[in-house]
Amino acid sequence: MTQAFRIGDARSAALRFTFDGKTYEGRAGDTLASALLANGVHLVGRSFKYHRPRGILSAGSEEPNALVTIDRGCGRVTPNLRATQVELYEGLAAHSQNRWPSLVFDLGAAAGLASRLLPAGFYYKTFMWPPAAWRHFYEPLIRRAAGLGQAPRDPDPDFYAQQYAHCDVLVIGAGAAGLAAAVKAGCAGARVMLCDEQNAFGGSLLAEPQARIDDTPATEWAARQIESLRAMPDVRLLPRSTAFGMHAQNFIGIVERVSDHLAEPGNPPRERLWQVRARRIVLATGAHERPLVFPGDDRPGVMLADAARVYAHRHGVLVGRRIVVAAAHDSAYAAALDLQRAGAHIALIADLRDSHEFSMVEEARVAGLNISRAAEIVATSGRRRVASVRLRMRDGTMQTVACDALLMSGGWTPSVHLLSQARGALRFDDALQAFAPGALPPDISCAGACNGSFGLAAAIAEGQAAGRDAATASGFPTSASAAPLVDERPSFVRQQAHTPTSAPHPKAFVDFQNDVTSADIALAVREGFRSVEHIKRYTTTGMATDQGKTSNMNALDIAAREMGRAMSEVGLTTFRQPYTPVTFGALAGPARGDLYEPVRHTPSHEWALRRGAIFEDAGQWKRASAFPRDGEKLEAAVTRECRTVRECVGVFDASTLGKIEVAGPDALEFLDRMYVNDVSKLVIGRCRYALMLGENGFVMDDGIVGRLDAHRFHVTTTSGGLAHVLAHMEDFRQTEFTDLRVWLTDVTEQWATFAVQGPRAREIVAPLIEGVDVSAGEAPHMSLREGQILDAPLRLFRASFTGECGFEINVPSGAGPRIWEALTQRVEAVGGCAYGLEALDVLRAEKGYIIVGQETDGSTTPDDLGYGRMIGRAKPDFIGKRSLTLPHLARPDRPQLVGLLTRDPAAVLEEGSQIVPSPRPAIGAHALGHVTTARRSPTLGRTIALALVENGRARLGDTLYATATTGMLAVEVGAPVFYDPSGSRLDG
Amino acid sequence: MLLIRCPFCEMDRPETEFRYGGEALIERPDPARATDAEWTDYLYNRTNPKGRHAERWRHLHGCGRFFNCLRDTVSDRVLATWRPGERSPEEGGA
Ligand SMILES: [Zn+2]
Repeated sequence: MTQAFRIGDARSAALRFTFDGKTYEGRAGDTLASALLANGVHLVGRSFKYHRPRGILSAGSEEPNALVTIDRGCGRVTPNLRATQVELYEGLAAHSQNRWPSLVFDLGAAAGLASRLLPAGFYYKTFMWPPAAWRHFYEPLIRRAAGLGQAPRDPDPDFYAQQYAHCDVLVIGAGAAGLAAAVKAGCAGARVMLCDEQNAFGGSLLAEPQARIDDTPATEWAARQIESLRAMPDVRLLPRSTAFGMHAQNFIGIVERVSDHLAEPGNPPRERLWQVRARRIVLATGAHERPLVFPGDDRPGVMLADAARVYAHRHGVLVGRRIVVAAAHDSAYAAALDLQRAGAHIALIADLRDSHEFSMVEEARVAGLNISRAAEIVATSGRRRVASVRLRMRDGTMQTVACDALLMSGGWTPSVHLLSQARGALRFDDALQAFAPGALPPDISCAGACNGSFGLAAAIAEGQAAGRDAATASGFPTSASAAPLVDERPSFVRQQAHTPTSAPHPKAFVDFQNDVTSADIALAVREGFRSVEHIKRYTTTGMATDQGKTSNMNALDIAAREMGRAMSEVGLTTFRQPYTPVTFGALAGPARGDLYEPVRHTPSHEWALRRGAIFEDAGQWKRASAFPRDGEKLEAAVTRECRTVRECVGVFDASTLGKIEVAGPDALEFLDRMYVNDVSKLVIGRCRYALMLGENGFVMDDGIVGRLDAHRFHVTTTSGGLAHVLAHMEDFRQTEFTDLRVWLTDVTEQWATFAVQGPRAREIVAPLIEGVDVSAGEAPHMSLREGQILDAPLRLFRASFTGECGFEINVPSGAGPRIWEALTQRVEAVGGCAYGLEALDVLRAEKGYIIVGQETDGSTTPDDLGYGRMIGRAKPDFIGKRSLTLPHLARPDRPQLVGLLTRDPAAVLEEGSQIVPSPRPAIGAHALGHVTTARRSPTLGRTIALALVENGRARLGDTLYATATTGMLAVEVGAPVFYDPSGSRLDG
Repeated sequence: MLLIRCPFCEMDRPETEFRYGGEALIERPDPARATDAEWTDYLYNRTNPKGRHAERWRHLHGCGRFFNCLRDTVSDRVLATWRPGERSPEEGGA
C-alpha cells in the first residue's frame, strides 16, 4: 500500500525515494516530510539526549525534530537537514539520525530510562568530579549516546558562490505582506530584492484555498503579484533563500540553495551566499505556531495544527485519519474544519480554554464536531505513532480518545529573530502572549504576522504601507492606494491565545531538539536561577540548531509561572545568527584549498624546491628551513650549514624582510623620532641597527636604517612586523608629526635580499659587483653602497646577522632568481652552501642577536636587552622615550637578557621554561624569568640558551635552575654572547 | 559590517577596507613637561563610552589616510566622519 494518506487527484508525477534504505513513493512538489506523511511514516528520528522516538512537528524551517541526513554520494552527505524543507526529487536517499542499530529498535533509548540522571544542568554538576572521569568516561559516553548527524568524512566536491548586491528595498518573506510590499516598492521604481526560504512564493497563501482577495482566490492573487514582480526589470526574486543574519547598517547575509533540490544538478553552485546592502528592509517573516506542553507531547503524530492544514492543502496529504485537535487558539478551528472537509475524522476538539465563543465554534458545531471545554491533556500513548490521548475533563473525569494524530494549537509567535538581530526593540503583547516589534531601527519596518498583525487583510495593508514608505524613503515617492477587499475566515481576526497551565512534568517536552522538559525549567528556577539567560544556559533550552523557534515562548511562560512573575518582566533571550543553520561551504565560498590564503614565495623558491629544501610557514611566506644533502636529516643539515658559514661562506634568502623607503626633506628628522637610535648622526653611505619602540617604551621592532642620500633612506623591518611598523609610522606621520615633509613607501616586494656571509664572502661577491669597491677599507661593516651586480641595480648593505663578514645584496625582485643562481654557483664552487632559517637562528643565537617576539614579549625595554647604549638620550624626543623614565620601566629588578649554559653540555633547555633559584622551589614560588631561545651550537660543540632573568646582569656566574619535563636542569648565567664577543670577524 | 564614509575618498565603503585606530581626539602631551600620571593617562586610559564615541579609522585598503569618526556604540551606527584637523560635528563641523 503506497501513499495511503494521499488525498485528492494525482496532481503530479510520482517520484521514488528511500528512507533508511526502504523505498517509498512521493509526488513532485512534496517535501521529504510530506512524502513520508503520505506513506503514513511519522517516526523519523531519535531525540538528542534521551533517544526518544520523534516525528514531524511542523511544515517549515522551525522544525525541531525531523532532522535527517541526505546522501547524494561521495562527499555530498549533509546531516541535520530539516525534512520539512528538503524538496523531494527522483532517487533522493535520506537517513534518520541518532539511532543504533535502527530507528525502531534503538538501544540508546535506554537513556530515556535514565532520564532522572540527566536533569537540567547535568553538564555542570553531575559529571564535574573527579575531573579525569569527565575526560575518560562521561564525555565519550555522552558523545556516543547523544548527538546530531555525522559530519561527512570526504571532501566536499561541490562549489559555493558568493555575491554582493545592493538594493533600495529588501523584502524578507514572500507571503501576503511581503508580496504586497515588494509590488508597491517595485511599482514605484525602486530596486527591490525579495527573498523567501521556501521554494515557492506565497507563504501562508499557498495553503489558503478558501480566502478571497478582490473577489478572486487568494492563491490567484498571489500568483498575479509574483507575475507582476517578474515583469519588473529592477526586481530580483530569490526563492529558496534564507536571510540568516542581520548586520549593522542593513547588511544582510542570505543563503540561496541553488541546486540541492535537483535530481541531476549539473554544474551550478550548490549554494550562493548573498551579501546584500539595502537602503531599507521590510521584514515580512510571518509567525510560528506554538506547541502545547503536556506529558507525552513529543510522540510521533503529535503535530502543530496549522502544519496539518498545510500538508492537506499544499501537498494533498492527511497527517491522520482520526484526529484530536487540542486548541488554545482560534486558528485550531480552521485546521479542524479543513481536515474534516479533506476527509479526516475529527474525534474531538479539546478546547483547553474555559468558555470562548466565536463564529467558527458555531461552524464547527454545525459541522458535527465534538467540542470539549477546559480539558487538560494528561498523557498520550502509542509507540511509533500516537494511538490515544488521555484527557482530564472539566468535571474531573478521565477520558481516553483513540487517534492517529494529535494536533496542537498554542497560539502564534511573531518571527522577530531578524529584527532582534538588527537591534530592534521588542515589546510584550498581552493579547498575543508573545513578543512583538517595539521601537524599530532606522530603515527597517515590519509588516504582517511578524509585526503581530494577524489576518490576511492586515498583512496586505501593512505590506503595502511598508513597501510604499520604503520606496519613498529611498527616493521613489509613491502614493497610497486602496487596499484590496479581503474575505477571510475569522480565525486570525482576533488573536486569542491561552496559556496552558499544566504542572511541570518530566515527560512534558518544551525544547524537543535539546530534550528539555517543563520539569527541567522548573528545577532550574527552584535551584535559584532567575535570569532568563541563565535558565537558557543551565537547561540548554532554545540552544539547539532550531534556535528555539517553537520552544522559547513556552519555556519563558513556564519559567515566569514558576517564579510567579509576568512573562514581560522575565524578558527574552537574545536571538543570534544564523536564523537556520548555514553550511560552512556557503560561508567559505571559494576560500578553501589553494585559495584559502595567499602563499608568498621568495625569489629563491624554485631553486629551493629543486634542491629538496625543507620549508616552514612564516606568516604567509614559505621559507626554507634547511637544504639537506644526500639524505641528511634536518639536524645534520643545520649543523653542516652552520659550520660552512663559520668556516667558509653561505648564502641566505632574506627577501622576506620588510623594506620601507623613507623619502623627503624631513626624512632624517622623522626617523630620528621613530627609532631610539641617534639617527641624525647617520651619514650618507652608512647604515645602522635600530630599535623601534611603541609609545609605551617597549620594543616593537628592529631593523636596519640605511642612508642612501640626503633625503632618502632604505629601512628594513622584521619579516612579520612590516604591516604593523608601516601603520605605526604612517600614524605618526599623518596625525602627530604633520609638520614633517616625509613620505613612506612599502618596497618589500620590489627588492630581493640575499645575505652572503662568512670568511670568504668578499671573494664571492667582489667579481660580480660593478661600481663598488668592496674591500674592507672602502666598504667597512655597516656601510651602504649603490652599484650594479650582473647588470642589475644593487643596494649593498655591509651587515651581518651571523657574526661573520656579511654582504646583504638587494636587487630588484625580477632579477632575484638570476642573481641567486649566480651567487649559489659561486658559493658552492668554493665549498660553501645555501643555508636556511634554522641555521640562521643558531648562528644569530651564538652571537646573542635578538629576534623581536622571541627575546622580547611586548613588555621588554631596550635596556632589558642590554641595548641601553643605543638610546639617543640627548634627543629631545622619540617614540617611547618618555615612557622609559616611568618608574616600572626603570626598576632595578627588571628582566635582563643573559646567556645560559647548562651544566650538562648536551642538555637542550626548553624554550619558555621557567628559571628558578633552587632545584626544588616551593609551590607557588616566584620565577626569575624564562628561556627565550635554546639551541645546539655546532660552533661551540655544546648547547646554548638565551633567557630573560630578573636582574640577570648582576647574576653572571651564578647557578640557577630551569624547569624541564625531565626535571630541573642546572644552568650557569653568563653574558648573552657565546662566540666572538669582540666582533673581530665582522670585517673578514 | 559597517559602512564608513571616507572623508578623503568621499565614498561610503565597507568596513573591511578600514582598520580601527582607537579613540580619537587624544592629545599627545609634551613629553618634556608631562608628569608620570599625565603620561600614563595618555598611554592607557580611554573613555569607553556607551553611546557616542569619537574614534580613529584608517582607510587601509583605500587611500591609506587616518580620519576621525563618530560612532554610536549602542546602535553601532557611524554618525559622521571628518578629516583630522577639521572640526568635529560636536564642534559644528562635518
Ligand atoms: Zn579613503
